[in-house]
Amino acid sequence: MYATNYHRASSVEDAVKLASGNDEAKYLSGGQTLLPTMKQRLAAPSDLVDLRHVGELKGISVDGGKIRIGAATTHSEVAQSSDIASVCPGLTHLAAHIGDPHVRHMGTIGGSIANNDPAADYPAALLALNATIVTNTRSIAADAYFTGMFDTALEEGELIVAVEITAPAKCGYAKFPNPASRYALTGVFVARQGDGSVRVAVTGAGSDGVFRQAEMEQALKSDFSAAALDGITVDDADLMADIHGSSAYRANLVKVMAKRAVTAAG
Amino acid sequence: MGMEGIGARVVRKEDKRFITGKGKYTDDMVVPGMKQAHFVRSPHAHAKIKSIDTSAAEKMPGVIGILNGAQLTEDAIGNIICGWMIHSKDGSPMNMGVWRPLAQDTVRYVGDAVAIVVADTKAQARDAAEAVVVEYETLPVVTSAVEALKEGAPQIHPEAKGNLIFDWEIGDAAATDAAIASAAHVTEMKIVNNRLVPNPMEPRAALGVYDEGEDHYTLWTTSQNPHVARLVLSAFYNVAPENKLRVIAPDVGGGFGSKIYIYPEEIVCLWASKRTGVPVKWNCDRTEAFLTDAHGRDHVSTVKMAFDANNKITGFKVDTIANLGAYMSLFSSSVPTYLYATLLSGQYNIPAIHANVRTVYTNTVPVDAYRGAGRPEATYLMERVMETAARELGVTPAELRRTNFIREFPHQTPVIMCYDAGDYEASLSAAMKASDYDGFPARKAEAKSRGKLRGIGMSCYIEACGIAPSAAVGSLGAGVGLWESAEVRVNAVGTVEILTGSHSHGQGHETTFAQLVAGRFGVGIDSVSVVHGDTDKVQMGMGTYGSRSGAVGMSAVVKALDKVEAKARKIAAHLMEADESDIVIENGELKVAGTDKSVPWFQMALAAYTAHNLPEGMEPGLKEGAFYDPSNFTFPAGCYICEVEVDPETGKTEIVQFVAADDFGKIINPMIVEGQVHGGLAQGIGQALLEGTHYDPETGQLLTASYMDYTMPRADDLPSFQVSTTETACPSNPLGIKGCGEAGAIGSPPALINAITDAIGNNDLTMPATAPRVWAALRSAQ
Repeated sequence: MYATNYHRASSVEDAVKLASGNDEAKYLSGGQTLLPTMKQRLAAPSDLVDLRHVGELKGISVDGGKIRIGAATTHSEVAQSSDIASVCPGLTHLAAHIGDPHVRHMGTIGGSIANNDPAADYPAALLALNATIVTNTRSIAADAYFTGMFDTALEEGELIVAVEITAPAKCGYAKFPNPASRYALTGVFVARQGDGSVRVAVTGAGSDGVFRQAEMEQALKSDFSAAALDGITVDDADLMADIHGSSAYRANLVKVMAKRAVTAAG
Repeated sequence: MGMEGIGARVVRKEDKRFITGKGKYTDDMVVPGMKQAHFVRSPHAHAKIKSIDTSAAEKMPGVIGILNGAQLTEDAIGNIICGWMIHSKDGSPMNMGVWRPLAQDTVRYVGDAVAIVVADTKAQARDAAEAVVVEYETLPVVTSAVEALKEGAPQIHPEAKGNLIFDWEIGDAAATDAAIASAAHVTEMKIVNNRLVPNPMEPRAALGVYDEGEDHYTLWTTSQNPHVARLVLSAFYNVAPENKLRVIAPDVGGGFGSKIYIYPEEIVCLWASKRTGVPVKWNCDRTEAFLTDAHGRDHVSTVKMAFDANNKITGFKVDTIANLGAYMSLFSSSVPTYLYATLLSGQYNIPAIHANVRTVYTNTVPVDAYRGAGRPEATYLMERVMETAARELGVTPAELRRTNFIREFPHQTPVIMCYDAGDYEASLSAAMKASDYDGFPARKAEAKSRGKLRGIGMSCYIEACGIAPSAAVGSLGAGVGLWESAEVRVNAVGTVEILTGSHSHGQGHETTFAQLVAGRFGVGIDSVSVVHGDTDKVQMGMGTYGSRSGAVGMSAVVKALDKVEAKARKIAAHLMEADESDIVIENGELKVAGTDKSVPWFQMALAAYTAHNLPEGMEPGLKEGAFYDPSNFTFPAGCYICEVEVDPETGKTEIVQFVAADDFGKIINPMIVEGQVHGGLAQGIGQALLEGTHYDPETGQLLTASYMDYTMPRADDLPSFQVSTTETACPSNPLGIKGCGEAGAIGSPPALINAITDAIGNNDLTMPATAPRVWAALRSAQ
């Protein structure tokens, strides 16, 4: 790790001020990606603005079908939230299967979606749940937020404050973990709204990050069952291939995991 | 004290300090004035070094010194050696290229050390290392041994034309070919044994300290064999003569073979401590370990097994290409030869065997012994072929093995080894019973109803361990003898110190070696200390590898204990005015049989040291030493049966049952043996299911250089093992011990792959059997 300047932010306003005007500064939330990367000297921010002591970034509120999760809420807190589980059990299931216990007790939802790793779990949920990403300056719809691998709509210095989700009628997440990293080799989040519309989001498989699977969304809109996906062939043209799996294998997993997510949604 | 003697399930004494973080490892050592080192390493797999410019780096904060290969050569530091000479079948010696501790003209793998930077702090050393400018001219790269042998492949060492190190054979080629030509059935396979990264929990570290006043060196190092390190550092590397060099291997957090060798970093830290005038500490991080620890396995073989009309094996022919990486590591030449091909008879009576082995340089990390070392590679061939042949011949796997088992001992194989004892039927039967082998079809049907493909596979392994005897290994080319030493010191108050040349890096010697004394003299194990790992404290010894600490190391202790006991009896007889032959040792007392006379152990010890009343002519004190050189290898054997369920949709394999029935001979501590089997199975299952080492074939970059990409086995990958033992005593050592350290890693991969191939109905499957590979194999079988 290269030397860096540490700042402990006391509020959102303070955090933004500390980072402003310094394009070498980074926000530090759970640090589960940033710190290992810094230790390997692959990242070298001049300044770290620690968000872990900003109270207004923490906490979960569930009001009817409205879920609000503070950006600095850990995966473990989401996983253990009975309030979220009662209205959106797919999300707590997902959070409970991120990484390992250490990661879940440090990593945060804001950190995960700010990094937008192409194999991270949360982007699939937020995209399928049509979530709103609330920042210090605006609200961004998930469809506009995830703009590519490790790329988001966030402007320089813009800070995620919370994620807002309207609970769906049904949802489910199924992931096939990379056996080494336990990131998603392929993960599929399926959400069905009260009006019957369905969103299917895929992480881990796309060559440009999380994406929606339109053909599956159509099929599930008319028949929300795993069998409805039987006839679909997933094209592997835009899917990732690496030492952990070919694009053909990932195409297979997209379908298998989608079916399992539908089954999990019930 | 029977509760602590041989056979007792004693809790490990050393675990308290390990699990409470109180162990003292090399990186915990702090000496006055100590500075930190970082190595400048090659980012290229193959390149000429055009120039090294350290001028900017030398001006960086905290930098004390930067040294490279030119200075190493100035000080006449020797080339890194390979300790086992192998001759090709044409009689020529192996073609060994030069390995400098710091590369001087050419780098040959990513991670090859080029310079050392010593600075006040690790961060400063690392900063300065980044400022060292090395100008490289990159060269073509080859990472696969098969490719490296091809015409036109990049030439890695001038000494090894076509990258061939040696072309070696064993056995009778003509007889084997004749058996194949006249066979009723021949099973042919091409089998890859995948490269592995050892990954001990503690990464390597070294601390070199030069004392100018005494002209003396001390090296703390993560070593499995500190005396061998001292020998090699003084005799070959010219760092310091033995009497001026102390090597200490304190607590060591696992080795699995990878800490046998004397690596460049250890040599350089020791040398640099004199050159820079400060103690030099180096500790590697995990990715550096991936890039520089000697890897294991990496064989490509083709095999033919011939059977007669009664399904008796008549011949076994093996052709193997072994990747030794960029340089020949210390025992790299012995692993794919005498530790491998000598086991190609397995548990079977095979009249004709022939193996040809070509070893090859590539632009990869050097390959050397890793848990099992050659024997897993042999077992994997043998047991995959046996299972495959059974399927082809339409007999059960057990029946084919039973038809061919060796049943009379001693048994001389056609490939050097003479098996001294064993009962292969016993372990096969025990494993089949424990696994309810006969109930498998019902379990398979039930799994099918849940959409799962269930398979069963077995492996009947044999290995040779306790490696020794010295004369035998010497005649095969070993540069060292493989005996072991011990000294037993009975203190004046009766407590005991055992000084052993064996080295514990997780094996539990502090407990098991103490059990030898507890059982024999009735001294509690808490009153017995085991001293090891320091060349200033312990007489010359050979260290721990090849499951040899029990069979060889403990045998040396037993020899020393025999001498201690003989003297103790004489003293006790004298004290009680009894005949020496009437003395019995029981419950911590030396008694005169048939009387109520007795002397407590401690009182006898005190008498030895007060020396007020000793037998005429007896020297005071009670301390004896011994060197033990065994008469044969030992031959642990066993049967493993694995049952899996494969998810046909994803190709993911779940191990639903794993049964091990091992014959380790006499067992000192069943709990420790079970732990060794569990660990070995985890590593074998890791190899078979999870651990894939990937090099980019174009650039030679190691793509799996962290746990994000290299899949170590974890608890949730493994079942709850069912382990048991059968026992035939080993006749060649006094305790009847065979050794248990490597069996799990040797026997498990073929059992697992046999189970998966049974489940999916496709025998064409390469380790590691990852989900994508199994899925692809399933699709091609359909």
